[in-house]
Amino acid sequence: MAGQDQNAAKSRGPAEGAGETYRIAGALTITRAASTAREIDALGDPLTIDLSKVEKMDTVGAWLVYRTVRDRGARVVGASAEEQSLLDQVAEADKPVQVHAEKPSGFLHVLNELGAWIAEVGQTLVGLLGFFGATLAGFANLIAHPKRFRLNAVVQRFDVVGVRALGIIGLMSFLIGVVVGQQGAVQLEQFGAEIYTINLIGRTTVRELGTLMTAIMVAGRSGSAFAAQIGTMKITEEIDAMRTIGVSPIEVLVIPRLIAAVVMMPLLAFWAMLMSLLGGGIFVWLVLGIPPLTYVQRLQEVVPITDLWIGLIKAPVFGFIIALAGCFQGMLVQGNSEEVGLRTTTAVVQSIFLVIVLDAVFAMFFSSIGWR
Amino acid sequence: MSEPPIITVRGLRNSFGDEVVHDGVDLDVRRGEILGVVGGSGTGKSVLMRSIIGLQTPDEGEIEVLGETMVGRNEDEAKNIRRRWGILFQNGALFSTLTVAENVEVPIHEYFPYLKPPLLDEIASYKIAMSGLPADAGPKYPAELSGGMRKRAGLARALALDPELLFLDEPTAGLDPIGAAAFDELIRSLKQRLELTVFLITHDLDTLHTICDRVAVIADQKVVAVGTIPELMSLEHPWIQEYFNGPRGRAAAGSYKETVGA
Repeated sequence: MAGQDQNAAKSRGPAEGAGETYRIAGALTITRAASTAREIDALGDPLTIDLSKVEKMDTVGAWLVYRTVRDRGARVVGASAEEQSLLDQVAEADKPVQVHAEKPSGFLHVLNELGAWIAEVGQTLVGLLGFFGATLAGFANLIAHPKRFRLNAVVQRFDVVGVRALGIIGLMSFLIGVVVGQQGAVQLEQFGAEIYTINLIGRTTVRELGTLMTAIMVAGRSGSAFAAQIGTMKITEEIDAMRTIGVSPIEVLVIPRLIAAVVMMPLLAFWAMLMSLLGGGIFVWLVLGIPPLTYVQRLQEVVPITDLWIGLIKAPVFGFIIALAGCFQGMLVQGNSEEVGLRTTTAVVQSIFLVIVLDAVFAMFFSSIGWR
Repeated sequence: MSEPPIITVRGLRNSFGDEVVHDGVDLDVRRGEILGVVGGSGTGKSVLMRSIIGLQTPDEGEIEVLGETMVGRNEDEAKNIRRRWGILFQNGALFSTLTVAENVEVPIHEYFPYLKPPLLDEIASYKIAMSGLPADAGPKYPAELSGGMRKRAGLARALALDPELLFLDEPTAGLDPIGAAAFDELIRSLKQRLELTVFLITHDLDTLHTICDRVAVIADQKVVAVGTIPELMSLEHPWIQEYFNGPRGRAAAGSYKETVGA
């Protein structure tokens, strides 16, 4: 360290009585705390500390001297009145302060973590269910008192969740259409069946990918935003303020977001399907030389209308799950800003996971009712 | 007074857009004193403090702290000065993801990275005890503390490096009267024992009476007067008259006289 005092010299010499003497000269401050501590530790008992040559001492220096006196019964000589006062002060402040939270070690720690994790998963599920119930109750309340419905808030959410996502979801879907077409063409070419590329594009994007990818995008865009917005309002006590005024946070914050996600998801999913079909169409036209008119005719033949229904039926359910998980995690925020980040991440992970699980359930359900 | 002031402010001008907060602020803080800074809400007490500690770049003016100019200094250059002061922000500004003890260790670790536990932990412990926090406060997170404890924890962090200069932004705001009096007492005793110079922004008339050596009054975009409270009370300025001779001002002065036994 550049500012370290070089003039300070320490000497250990034979003292008058028994044992060793540690003479400190110059500055006894935090700048030299580590080396001073080392040097004191290296000396044997009984120890005498001579402060008569010390020019400057701070509380850290005083602490080093004090703890040597406390732990090793060292004798202090040559302390000036000011130095003595500092020594007295740190002595006064010597209380057993616990610095770090206690952590159990090893195996116990693992067990602890595991238990806490299981308990948290259980609590989250129960909490989510409870939140679902509270939301339904909120809806029921709104139906009973339609005047309390906040149309402006809902329309604003429509804009944020839906309209502003059109660009990115359109681009993403267009590229997915191109990629599905390209990958399909490479494989199907080997059998001379390039024409089936259209089946592949049409069925996968309409039935599965359009809705699923849109849901993932909405979870990342809006689910995370819901959690962060509500979480921040929780920290700044805005939600408590709402409650005390008599405004229900569920009605004001959660229901508009839920409605927005539920209404916007099918629209966005439909838009994603169109853009995927467009991307695939342009690909097969340019690369496989299939003209657009043939492409559209072929799509009409091979993509059953049930595929579209499947895609569109799933969309609002996914939207509901995303908004529910986002708002729920936001409401769980407590304490500090790190919690907001943590809960936002959890909201996105949870909603994408739930969306994919539900997607699998839907897939089995629809094929079992004959919508193949 | 041959010793140069520890803080010198000359011709300071601060503005936000069209709104001029300070215009021609002059102020000296002498070594070893507790200088109280008062002023109505929105007169720029905190802005003055932020200018002095370099968080706010003034439009014009000169600021010297501990003999070094602060205006136009970048973060790294001013590090040597930053080591010599401690700051308690209005709401504590504790790092919310660290425990109280870890908060105190942050400045120590930043400037003296070779100080390791257990010595580092011991230093944090006595700083916490010096700030009047109970022994079990160390491992707690700021969110688990009450307002008064958060201020004490902020003070412990401000004292971490044994500063010569302490900035306190409304240390007693939001504390109950008993807690506020205890905090005043704490500041006074720390000031005496650690030879601190204290720059103290406050609204608390009791604090002004009990611990401040001098008081600076900010009004009309500048420091209109600096002096002891009796000196200020003899001035004609309407705001000062209303402040110190208003009902609350008189009550605080009265209770102060009682306790001193005058």
